[in-house]
Parts: sequence; C-alpha cells; structure tokens
Amino acid sequence: MTHLAEPETAVPRWIALWPALMLGLFFLVPFGIMLSVSVAHRVEGGFFEPGFEWASYIRFLTPFFGRVLAVSLGISLAAAAICVVLAFPFTVFLATMSRTVQTRVLVVLLSVLSLSEVIIGFSLSTLLSQTAGIGNLFAAIGLIDAPRAYTPSLFALLTGLCYLGFPFAVLVLYAPVSRLDPEIVEAARVMGASAARAFFGVVVPLQRGALTGAFILIFVFTLGSYLLPQLLGRPEHWTLSVHITDQAIYQANLPFAAAMSVFLMLVALALVGLASLAGRDRGAA
Amino acid sequence: MTRGLKLAYICVLLALLLAPLIVVTGVSLNGAQSLRFPPQDLSLRWYGALFHDREWLVPLMNSLIIASCAAALAVAIAAPLALYAWERGGLVARLLTGLGLAPFALPPVISALGFMIFWMTVGGYGQIWATIVSHGVFLVTLPLVTISLGLKATDRALIEAARVMGADRLTVLRTVIGPLLLPYVVSGYAFAFVLSLNEYIIAYMVAGFTVETLPIKIFNALRYGYTPILGVVSVIFAALAALVFGLIGRFGNLPRLMGAERVRDE
Repeated sequence: MTHLAEPETAVPRWIALWPALMLGLFFLVPFGIMLSVSVAHRVEGGFFEPGFEWASYIRFLTPFFGRVLAVSLGISLAAAAICVVLAFPFTVFLATMSRTVQTRVLVVLLSVLSLSEVIIGFSLSTLLSQTAGIGNLFAAIGLIDAPRAYTPSLFALLTGLCYLGFPFAVLVLYAPVSRLDPEIVEAARVMGASAARAFFGVVVPLQRGALTGAFILIFVFTLGSYLLPQLLGRPEHWTLSVHITDQAIYQANLPFAAAMSVFLMLVALALVGLASLAGRDRGAA
Repeated sequence: MTRGLKLAYICVLLALLLAPLIVVTGVSLNGAQSLRFPPQDLSLRWYGALFHDREWLVPLMNSLIIASCAAALAVAIAAPLALYAWERGGLVARLLTGLGLAPFALPPVISALGFMIFWMTVGGYGQIWATIVSHGVFLVTLPLVTISLGLKATDRALIEAARVMGADRLTVLRTVIGPLLLPYVVSGYAFAFVLSLNEYIIAYMVAGFTVETLPIKIFNALRYGYTPILGVVSVIFAALAALVFGLIGRFGNLPRLMGAERVRDE
C-alpha cells in the first residue's frame, strides 16, 4: 500500500516555517527590543543604556503628554465621525449601482487611498493656499474681498484627515453593506415606509456593528497620521505619531519614544479588538 | 430616494476627492516657478525636469527598487502563509495569520519605531535593504488578504481530482493551484507595490537620511518652498495608482476583491 505515503495536502507542514521565521524575526523581535528600550535608562544627549526603570512611562503624567494625548484623540475622533457619517450613505448607494460603476468608483477610492500623505498634504495645502486655492474662487464670486489662505489651521488638518479616512471608511463598510439583502429594504418600502425611514429604521440598525467597527478602525487609521499634522496643522495640533518621531529622531530620546509607542500600540490593539467584536455582532441586531 | 440623487451624492464626494488633484495637475503645468491656479504660460517643462534632474531621479530609482523588491518579499511571505492557513486551520495558522494582519492594523509609526530600533541594534540602519525588508514585512497584509480570498474561491475538488490522477504535491501546486491563484498574487503584489511607493514614515525612520525615497524627497523639498515639480510628482503617483487599480478592475473582479458578495453584472 504505497498510497498511504501519498501526501494528503497540497503543501507540506514545514511551509509555515518561512513566514513564521520572517514575521517573528522582523516583527516580533523589533517589538521585543522596543519594549526593552522603553524601560531602558536614557543617557542625556545621546543614546540609552540597558536597565529597568519606569521613568519614560512616568512622563505620561506630565501636562505635556496629557495635552498631546487629548489633541490626538480629539482630532481623530472628530475625523472618524465625519468620515463614517459621509461614507455610510455613500457605500449604501454605491452597493446598488452596477458592477461597472462600482468598479470605477473603487478604482478612484483605492487610488486616493494609496496616495502618500505627503502628496495629500501638498495637494490640500495648494487647494487651500492663497495663490492657487479656493480662496480665489470665493473672491471671484464675491463671497470674500480678497483671496486668503486657509492653511495651516485646525480646519485644514481636519479636512486632510477626512480626505485620508473617507476612502478607507467606504472600503471598510463596503463588504458588510454589499452583503445586505436589498429585499429587506424593499419589504420595508412595500409596507409603506418612506425612503428615509427605511434607511434609518432598517439599514442603520442592521449595520450598527459594521458602523461601530468602521468608526473605530478609521479612528485608529487617522491616529497614525504623521505628515498631515505637520503640513496642514500648527505645532499645537501635533499628534502622538509626530511626537514619537520627534522624540526618537530630533530629541534623541529613544526610551520615551518607545514608551509612547507601546502606549499607542496598547490603545490601538484594544480599539481594534473592540472593532472586531462590534463587527461580529452585525446582523444580530 | 431616486437613483439620480444617489448618483449625485456619490459624484459630489468623488469630485471633492479629486479637487486637490485637479488643482495640483494645474499647478504642475505652470511655466514659471510659481504655484498658480489656473496655471500661467502653460508648459510641460517641469515634467522634463523631473527626469533630467539627478536630485529627483535618485529618489525615484530608490523608490522603484524598494517598492518592487518589498512587494516581492511580501508576496513570498504571504503566499506560503495563506496556503498553510487554508489547509490546516488550527491555532498556529490563526496566530500566524494574526501576525500577518497586525502590522497594518496598528498606527504605522509603531512599526516604524520598532524597525528603527531593530536595525540600529542588529546593524543595517540606513541601508536600502533594511528599508526593503521593513516594507516587505509591513505590507505582508495585502497579499495575504488577496491570496486568502483567492484560495477561498478555489474548489478543493480540483485538487482532489489532480491528486487522484497521480499528480504529486509539486505538480498540483504548479499546474492547478498556481494558475488559479495567479490573478490574486498579482493584485496582492500590485497593492503592496503602490503602498510601498507611497510609504513615508518607515522609509524615513529606517534610512531616511541616507536612502531618500520620493515621498521623503517631496517632504524635504516642501521645507524649501513649493515648486511645480512637486505637482508633477503628485500627478505621476496618482496616475500610477489609478493605472494599477484600473488594470486590476479591468482584468479582475474588484468588487469581489473588496469583499462584496452580490454585485449585479451588466
């Protein structure tokens, strides 16, 4: 019975060794090193030496860090809320279109989503600038007296984050929304519900889990924005991501940067966990 | 709500997304070194300048080398992982899949700092291959998702049939699974390529001062004032992304790749 020796699966078991090695070495090990650096002792004006102290974590209790955290969270929360509110009807409408239309819209969204933050920042600061921006348009139609710049400002930064987050929001919502049975909405309409009532009374409750999940994912996504706060905002709008890089590269304080990074990771992991929980109960409502 | 209104809503938002790109395209056509919109004395001279100026050519080449190698590495890690998870399931497969999805779910600055400290510790900080490996590992998520989708759509009976006919593992992989997965592998590669090309923070923290990529170059150039050449680079990047995703949309099923299950064919 030589057939017993025949392989039963298409790939051997050891095939997992290679991805495990790569991800372990280049993803888990860096995290381990980062953890150890976050409790290392900082040597003034240079590097760090191995040690175990909570000094970098204790700096979280300073007003500086509290302000950074409040700004980061506040800006990202606002951007995530705006993105979901705009993206949800967009996705619901998109899902009713033909495949050709859907494909074209998805191409535009993916192209915008993949644009480097630096390009988005540059494009928006041009659009909001004095010489080439919408100020000219407003002045031309008489809304304002003379062209003006709208950047850098909190408004510009929020616009940028929404620009970044909107395509992402649509793509996150796209899968659950497109699985929604259109007959459910039709049933509500046949029973006499208005379009708005069918939307808010049937579609929104059915997608509550997906909406919560999307909100959290976009929140985490915009939390990671690094260039936009520098290009479109003022220094007081710098987010945690900017400060982590600033500490690591310009202030040469790797332990504090690592500690902030660990903190940000815990926040993000907790939120992503919540998002997947929220996504799981979709349809149950 | 009527179909027309729905379409109008979609078009307005798409127009808002495209507005900055239109302005940037206009700006890139300025003849003089100024940012004017509408552009004055139209000229394509800044497009020529990009491809003649060493200052921009070197970062362009760096970006292309990094993106093509890193995307290949990402696929090379993701493909066996997806195959393993597809066949076995179980704790190891779930853990590895989670590990493959994690880099993308976290704010990228975390991975960037992790890579930076890692390469400083083991050597390699400031080298182009360190950026390639970092990008490759960071972007594993994309081919992992596309290839897993492809495997989910693969009929196991085909593999069974091939095996009954006496094909060994390698033959099944080469003649059955390989061709079926190819479109998903290609789109995974394309996604990773485009994202690596546009990635800033990891490239910056791993080797930003020695290996300048295009996004890093743009950011550095922004500090010395705006020139139309920045518009040129933005236009090329946007066009490249549109081309890649357009091709995937043309030859693949983009709605399906994004997770849709019911789409009307027309």
